[in-house]
Amino acid sequence: MAKELLKGNVAIAEAAVRAGCEAYFGYPITPQTELLEHMSKRMPELGRVFLQAESEVAAVNMVYGAASAGVRVMTSSSSPGISLMQEGFSYIAGSEVPAVVVDVMRGGPGLGNIQPSQSDYNQVVKQAGHGDFHPIVLAPATVQEAIDLMTLSFDLAEKYRTLVFLVLDGAIGQLMEPAELPPMREMTGLRPSWALTGQDKRRQNGRLPDKNIITSIHMSAEELHIFNVHLQNKLAAIEASEVRYEENFIEDAEIIVVAFGTAGRVASTAVKNLRKANVPVGFFRPITLWPFPEQRLAQLADRAKAFLVVEMNAGQMFHDVREAVGRSVPVEFLGRMGGLMPFTDEIEQEIRTVWRRSEVLALHRQQ
Amino acid sequence: MVMLAPEQQLEKLVYERPSSLEMCHTHYCPGCTHGVAHRLIAEVIDELGIQERTILVAPVGCAVFAYNYFNVDAAEAAHGRAPAMATGIKRVNPNSIVFTYQGDGDLASIGLAEAVHAASRGEQLTVIFINNAIYGMTGGQMAPTSLSGQITTSSPNGREVLSTGQPMHVAEMMAGLPGVVYSVRRSLHDARHVIQAKQAIKTAFEAQMQGLGFSIVELLSSCPTNWGLNPLDAVHWVRDQMIPVFPLGDYKVADALQSKRARS
Ligand SMILES: Cc1ncc(C[n+]2csc(CCOP(=O)(O)OP(=O)(O)O)c2C)c(N)n1
Ligand code: SF4
Repeated sequence: MAKELLKGNVAIAEAAVRAGCEAYFGYPITPQTELLEHMSKRMPELGRVFLQAESEVAAVNMVYGAASAGVRVMTSSSSPGISLMQEGFSYIAGSEVPAVVVDVMRGGPGLGNIQPSQSDYNQVVKQAGHGDFHPIVLAPATVQEAIDLMTLSFDLAEKYRTLVFLVLDGAIGQLMEPAELPPMREMTGLRPSWALTGQDKRRQNGRLPDKNIITSIHMSAEELHIFNVHLQNKLAAIEASEVRYEENFIEDAEIIVVAFGTAGRVASTAVKNLRKANVPVGFFRPITLWPFPEQRLAQLADRAKAFLVVEMNAGQMFHDVREAVGRSVPVEFLGRMGGLMPFTDEIEQEIRTVWRRSEVLALHRQQ
Repeated sequence: MVMLAPEQQLEKLVYERPSSLEMCHTHYCPGCTHGVAHRLIAEVIDELGIQERTILVAPVGCAVFAYNYFNVDAAEAAHGRAPAMATGIKRVNPNSIVFTYQGDGDLASIGLAEAVHAASRGEQLTVIFINNAIYGMTGGQMAPTSLSGQITTSSPNGREVLSTGQPMHVAEMMAGLPGVVYSVRRSLHDARHVIQAKQAIKTAFEAQMQGLGFSIVELLSSCPTNWGLNPLDAVHWVRDQMIPVFPLGDYKVADALQSKRARS
């Protein structure tokens, strides 16, 4: 299929449709509304379910319902809406049903503004709701990658019976780029054995099957402990096999810039520019924010003299990099908030500063 | 042995556990009419022959374990969100019969928006709404349906309507929404009313089976434990205190259901 010029939000919506999304529930919020609008047209066209809910609270609980029935289901929102959906995320995690959420982040706190931001990192990666769980969090940097990760989101959600987030800042949602959509996936219409379909749908040889129950309740402390241990084991399995990242000029890098999403795009350009000027800088972009590529960063810390984390927030991923890298190597931060983005030349300047500082530090150490 | 034709049989089975009701003890307090409501629903599901395609969405509240008591597929919703969760389930399983079972805290307080909007959309759902004028599970706090002057753990001097509002009339409110085809209030305080309640529950499910729209049955129910009354005084309290505030009756019955009732 040829590349076409696609707007991020619309491309993601169409990618979801082609990945076999059978139901979408959502509520309008800038800067992701085109996603909902595209779904409102495409889903009924294909005989699938689209519903504009009365609120994000309702939307996520509709997702929870449809997920309990075992279909590929998703919602999308932006920061204030994601705050409202936290209730549902926790219940979805507690009952281990698969669902996909697209978060096109904007500036906060509160109503904030509608400019691109990465201010939901902690909310989504650390604590997407009450209890001990993590969704899988995928962070694309281009429209093409958003399309590809959309398909992956549904696959991972089903594979692990978990919640998967596709997080992007408003810039990628609003950006138009040439990209290629995947072909329409054939749908089997089959439901998993645990799903709520009504017992008749699972009847075999005339026998009434056991009822299926979707619930997150475990009343006894021991039982809930055992469930949580199970959940943690599942998360450990995800951590062991689903880490994804991109790296560039890493081999001989003395300074490594770490950034994701749009900040990653800009930082990547800055790194390329400085390489031409023979600055030994490398680039590292986590694609999975959870599981976080901490092992790879720890390896890189053995060789690098310093790290620079660039984010469109006050330094939320910074702490994860800090922890991965350890205390022996300096980790510095460059951030912009409120919908501002760091420019390429600002990042270049900062990289040079960090490099110089690390050289001075190295000199001190030698003396 | 002489075989008797059915009409000649001397013994006639008049009481049997409905197949949609599980063989287990419930956790409800003695004298609580949640159990009565469960049995009525199960009987109706059996009589309509829909057990295998029915899906229950249980609430948060005393009926939180309802999914253990019915032999149907079931989900446990977050507090108040049962109508939204049921919407998700029904939309992707359009041939199933989906019902929520919700208390007054669940439906009339935290989940009012979800209930009203599901109703307003004419969602093909049936809601069984248990109005016991109190929060049972959390130990007897004031509900939107608590009566004026009613003493609860969070209205120790009696509900003051000036600051907390009047008791909320859900059946009447729902009747005002175009998506609703059936909204009635019944009571579970004595045998005659229990039989009427069952008929209403049946009609509510039939409305969904016919694809007519949203149906809701409000059931006045007792909470002897949190009202601080013995079971008998509790049902008398329903009769003497609640019914005058929450009049029983049909607040909306769609024409399609009316003509069917006239025929039967
Ligand atoms: C989000 C949330 N808030 C509060 C609670 C605590 N809670 C559990 S049951 C309940 C009240 C239930 O009352 P009602 O719906 O009237 O049902 P009843 O127990 O009387 O049958 C409350 C407030 C909760 N579980 N979740
Ligand atoms: S607390 Fe009240 S509503 Fe709950 S089971 Fe006991 S009597 Fe019934």
